[in-house]
Amino acid sequence: MKQLLSGNEACAIGAIRAGVRFFAGYPITPSTEIAEYLSRELPRVGGTFIQMEDEIGSICCMNGATAAGVKAMTATSGPGFSLMQEGIGYSIMAELPCIIVNVMRGGPATGTPTRTSQADVMQARFGTHGDHPIVALCPWSVRECFDLTAEAVNISERLRIPVIVLMDEIVGHMREVVELPETVKIWRPDKPKPAPDQYYHYDDRNNYDAAIASFGEGYRIHLTGLTHRKDGFPTDDPEIIKWNLDRLRNKIEENRSWLWDIYYEDIGSETVIVCYGSAARAGMEAKRQFELKTGRRVGIVRLRMVWPFPNERLIALLRSARRVIVPEMNQGQLYREVERTVSLRVPVVSVQRYDGEMLTPEEIIASL
Amino acid sequence: MIEVTNDQFLGYFRLDERFPHILCPGCGIGTTMATMVRAFLELGIKQDELCVVSGIGCSSRVPGYLDCDTFHTLHGRALPAATGVKLAKPELKVVVIGGDGDIMAIGGNHFIHAARRNLDITVIVVNNFTYAMTGGQYSPTTPTHERAATAPFGNVERSFDVCFLAKAAGAMFVARSTTFHVAHLKKMLELALKKNGFSVVEVISQCPTFYGRYQGIGDAVQMLEWLRTRAVDVSKVTDPWHQKDKFVIGVLHDQQEIAPYTQLYEQIRAQSRGK
Repeated sequence: MKQLLSGNEACAIGAIRAGVRFFAGYPITPSTEIAEYLSRELPRVGGTFIQMEDEIGSICCMNGATAAGVKAMTATSGPGFSLMQEGIGYSIMAELPCIIVNVMRGGPATGTPTRTSQADVMQARFGTHGDHPIVALCPWSVRECFDLTAEAVNISERLRIPVIVLMDEIVGHMREVVELPETVKIWRPDKPKPAPDQYYHYDDRNNYDAAIASFGEGYRIHLTGLTHRKDGFPTDDPEIIKWNLDRLRNKIEENRSWLWDIYYEDIGSETVIVCYGSAARAGMEAKRQFELKTGRRVGIVRLRMVWPFPNERLIALLRSARRVIVPEMNQGQLYREVERTVSLRVPVVSVQRYDGEMLTPEEIIASL
Repeated sequence: MIEVTNDQFLGYFRLDERFPHILCPGCGIGTTMATMVRAFLELGIKQDELCVVSGIGCSSRVPGYLDCDTFHTLHGRALPAATGVKLAKPELKVVVIGGDGDIMAIGGNHFIHAARRNLDITVIVVNNFTYAMTGGQYSPTTPTHERAATAPFGNVERSFDVCFLAKAAGAMFVARSTTFHVAHLKKMLELALKKNGFSVVEVISQCPTFYGRYQGIGDAVQMLEWLRTRAVDVSKVTDPWHQKDKFVIGVLHDQQEIAPYTQLYEQIRAQSRGK
C-alpha cells in the first residue's frame, strides 16, 4: 500500500513493526508527531505510551520498562536530548537496549525549534560522561526513517545498548510517498538457560547476541549505574573497572564490520562528497547537476550510520579521491572525523550551513 | 498475618557476598530495611514477585542487600524508573526506597508527578535530614537555622514536609513513623503496601555520623531517644500538619482507592482497539 507519510510517522511505524511496545516521552518540536502517533497506535497493539514530566523522567522510565523486558523507545530534540544524557549513560552502563530518536533542530539552548540542523552529531557521540561507545544512525528519507528505526531496534537488542536515531527537522517533517513492508526482520533474544543461581547478568558470553533475564522472571537480578562485576554488584576493584569498560567498548569494536552502513556511488572519481542525513539530499542533487553540466563524475559516500565512525571503510572508499567535500548543517562536526580518517593525504573541504535552512545543491556545487 | 521465621527473614537477603553492609554503626537505615523485609514477609510478598527500586544515597543502597529483583538507578530517578517497571509488568510489586535528598530534592519533580499519576507503587522516604553519603550537607528537609557541611552558619532555607507534599500531590496513602517505633513502622509499611495505589511512608531516621554530630544531638542511642521524645501520635494532635519540633507519626492521609494508572490504561487499550 502506497502512503504519503512524514519521516516522523515512518519512524514511529518502523518502531512498532520492529517490536517496540513502550514509549515514554515529553512534547518537543520537531519530534512531537512521533509521540502523538505512538500515543494512538501503541495501546492498539497492547503497548504503553506515557508522557512524563520531563525528558529525564522519560529516559529513566524507558530504562525501567526495558529492564522489565519490553522493547522501548523515546523521541526528542536538542534540549530534551541534553536532559537525556544522564539516562543514556545509565542505558549504556546497565546494558539496557533502547532507542532514542533525536529529531535535530538548531541550538545551543532553546535555539531554533522549528528549523533544521545537524548540530547534535558530536553530542550523540560524547554527550554523556565517561568513556563509552555509541551507535547512531542517520536517515535521509522517509523510507529510511522507517528502515533505520527498525534496524536500530535490532542493533540495540543484539548489542544491549541504547541506539540513537539522528533525524533532523527536514527528514522528520518531509512527506514522501512510500510503500512500507508489513513485517520487518526482528532479532529476538533467547531466554537464559542457566538456573537463576548459576546466572550472571554480565557474563562474558552475555556481551552481545545474548540470552538475558528481565525483572519478574525469577532471576533476582541487580542493575546499577555503578561500575559492576559480572553479577551486577558494584565494585571499585581496578581490574574489574577495566573489565567493565572494556566490555562496553568491545560490544561495538567486535561488531564494527557488520554495523557499518554506507551507501556509495562513483567512488573512483577525483572528487567525493561524504554526507549524511538530509544534507545528503543536497549532496546527491549536487552530484547530478554537476555531472550533467560538466560531464565529469563525482563520487558520493552517504553514511547511514555515523557512529561508530567507519574509519577503515572510509579509508578504502576514499583511496583514489583527490578531494573530499563534507557538506553538513552545522559548523563542521563530522568534517574533522573525515579529515582524521584521510590523514591529511587529500584536502577535505567543509561546506557548512547553520542558519536553520537546508543546504542547497548550489552551495555544494560551488565547492566541487 | 504470617508468623515470620528467622530463616525466612534471612532468606530475603543476599547474604553470600553482600554483607557486611556499608552503613555506619548506629544508622537507622538497617532498622528500616529489616522492618521493611518483615512487612514483606508478613504480607506474603514473594521475592520473585517484587522489584525494589532506588536512586542514589545511603538508603538507596538497600536494594543491593535484598534477594529479589533490584534496580539501583540514577540519583533522584527511582520513581520514573519504577514507573517504567510497573507499566511494563503491572503484576510485579514495586517498592521505591530512598532518602530525603534523593526523593525530595533532585527527584522532587518525579515524586509529585508519580503521586499524581497514581501507579500502585509504595515509596519509603528515609528522612535523616541530610545528605549523608556525601558527608552531611543540608537537604530539603533540614530545618531552618540548623548547621550542615554546606551550612556552616546555619541553613537559610525552609524545609519540606514530606507527608504534606505527598498528600497535596495526590498520594492515596501517607504515613509517618520513626526508626525508634519499629512495631509502629512495620504497621505503617504494611498498610502502605496493602493500599492499591500510590502510597508514601516517611521514616524519620537517625544519622549519628553526620546529622547528629552537626546538631550536637550525639550518638545513635541519644538520637533514638530524640526520636522517641519528639514523636507524637496523630491521635493526640488536632492539626497534624503544623506541629513545631514534633514528628507526628501515624496514618496522616488515607483516601478511598481509585483505579490506579495501570488499570485505567488497560481500559484505554480496550477503547483504542474499537477506534
